[in-house]
Amino acid sequence: MLSKDEIIERLDDVFRDVFDDDTLEVDENTTADDIEDWDSIEHITLIGAVEDEFKMRFKMGEVSGMKDVGEMIGIIEQRGK
Amino acid sequence: MKELEYPFDNGFIMKKKRSLKRQLLGDGAVRLKKRVAVLGGSTTDDIVSVLELFLLDMGFECEFYRSEYGQFWQDAVFSNEELDRFKPDIVYIHTSLRNLSFSPTPRSGEEEIEQGLNAELDRLSQAWDGVKEHFGCPVIQNNFELPFFRLMGNMDASDRRGKVNFVTRLNSALYDRIAQRPEVYLNDINWLSAAYGLEKWSEPKYWYLYKYALNIEAIPELAFQVASIIKAIFGKNKKALALDLDNTLWGGIVGDDGVENLEIGKETAEAMAYFEFQQYVKAHKDLGVLLTVCSKNEEENALAGLSHPEGMLRPDDFVAIKANWLPKDKNIVDTAEELNILSEAFVFVDDNPAEREIVRGQLGGTAVPEIGEVTDYIRVLDRSGYFETVTLSEDDLKRNDMYRANAQRAKAQSRFADYHDYLLSLEMTAEIGDFSPLYLQRITQLTNKSNQFNLTTKRYTAEQMEAVYNSDEYIRLYGKLYDKFGDNGVVAVTIGKTDSEDKGRLDIELWLMSCRVLKRDMELAMLDSLVEQAKKRGIREIYGHYYPTAKNKMVAGLYESFGFEKISQDEEGNTAWRLLVEGYEDKNTVIKVKEEHYA
Repeated sequence: MLSKDEIIERLDDVFRDVFDDDTLEVDENTTADDIEDWDSIEHITLIGAVEDEFKMRFKMGEVSGMKDVGEMIGIIEQRGK
Repeated sequence: MKELEYPFDNGFIMKKKRSLKRQLLGDGAVRLKKRVAVLGGSTTDDIVSVLELFLLDMGFECEFYRSEYGQFWQDAVFSNEELDRFKPDIVYIHTSLRNLSFSPTPRSGEEEIEQGLNAELDRLSQAWDGVKEHFGCPVIQNNFELPFFRLMGNMDASDRRGKVNFVTRLNSALYDRIAQRPEVYLNDINWLSAAYGLEKWSEPKYWYLYKYALNIEAIPELAFQVASIIKAIFGKNKKALALDLDNTLWGGIVGDDGVENLEIGKETAEAMAYFEFQQYVKAHKDLGVLLTVCSKNEEENALAGLSHPEGMLRPDDFVAIKANWLPKDKNIVDTAEELNILSEAFVFVDDNPAEREIVRGQLGGTAVPEIGEVTDYIRVLDRSGYFETVTLSEDDLKRNDMYRANAQRAKAQSRFADYHDYLLSLEMTAEIGDFSPLYLQRITQLTNKSNQFNLTTKRYTAEQMEAVYNSDEYIRLYGKLYDKFGDNGVVAVTIGKTDSEDKGRLDIELWLMSCRVLKRDMELAMLDSLVEQAKKRGIREIYGHYYPTAKNKMVAGLYESFGFEKISQDEEGNTAWRLLVEGYEDKNTVIKVKEEHYA
């Protein structure tokens, strides 16, 4: 199983790529409200990029119900590679 | 940009689209501006953002209009204020299986299915009619992908009540309708989804979650294909292949291994692979793509290799053969000059990564695909869309022959001390006349790809050209040139617009000529005919305009050489010129002219 620190480190890279901002850092409490460009359109890109990074797929219910990065990390902990 | 050339990494493009866009916009390249309306039957946000990237990479800086979710039909048929203001140069209708309102079931009757099929087609035709009426611009239309499930299994394809059967017949009928509409271009998502993998393409999760009609990971594939069509419609296709020989067109090195030991033909796996690639390359002649050789070799060995009895290509399939030890970028530039095309019109095909890197570094505009192994060559070239064909004229079929005849003319020229004598020796005949339906397609094609000998670089869609053809405000001339070496086809186009206020005034809004007939005095023959037609209409003054671009410097002084008087020049270097019809004397002395079609 991946450690939380490693997941966050790799998530930082994904967020930086997607939002084209090298200063971004995320933690478990980060939500869409914290990142200016994180709207419903970019959310789709973000989910795809996270899936690619951790070689896993989110289930439909997980995508629509995800409230913050903490939930994302929780799912990655179980199924990410 | 390598990241945006086939084969590209879909996930990477989706993830990095912001930074890719920033890099492209910051590279200082000069790009054509176009307005693209994407009318979707499903979500199109990321389709537009990725399409923008590919178009930037192909030399277009576009503004986009995106219809509200699912409003493709309403927007096309009725337009709206925003879209009216936007005035698209091109419309892309992104529809899919999700937009069909009829689907057959095992209970459907024959007649009901026919009605359903025609209703779908009529709905699309109405959308095209709407675009034609409101914007008069080209339309790119998706066909339909196959369903990813089959209620009746295999019979779904063979029985009219099956959906696979329905979609297959619908697509086929769609092609018949498109064939009747010169302004409508097919975007073949049926093929693309098959190549990508239909189940993956149709992954329904993306519809349920986001109302995307395809897997978002396939968006770059779709967007690249649409961008290739747009690029082709606006005249930015490549024109020539520059081909390496050893380990590109055959296996082995002809200079070391000897002709008899080359891998080409039917005997081994390698030989077959190179043979099929030669077949694929040769087939490009029928599209009007020029074939040239660019190889580090002794010429004698190159010709021997190309004469291999088991090979498909022959030396005379090529319009130029550079087999020497000069740097390849130099050879491409030289070939370009000989053929009067630009080095950016070439696709350089070479198995050697080092050679590719040099050409890529030296010649920014030349396409240099990463062609991989011999078993990849066809796929990579094919998917790169360099020669995406949107029209195919008689002229395309003959283009290689015409360029070869040009090479013979160049040889003949060297035997004459006096250029005028040489021109007379060509025994040239021109056919100059008003546009006719037979040539309209070729005239539009030539108009949209001529860059160098082009005074205004004005582009016309098929529709706009048809409007010019049908209006009596214009004096229109096309010119065909024949000589003892062959038929050059339609090579010159001139459009003059009469002034609605001042009946004695004509403005030349288009004056262009194919560079394949440079220095043949064809432009003088065209001018003579223009003045003659102007006289018949009671025109007293002809105004010429020159708008400089990066590529048309060769004609900056054309009107001056014609004896026009310069009347103005602005800060951007645009110049205007005037010729008095009275007292004009014919200038052409070397071409016999047959007047056609002008009553």
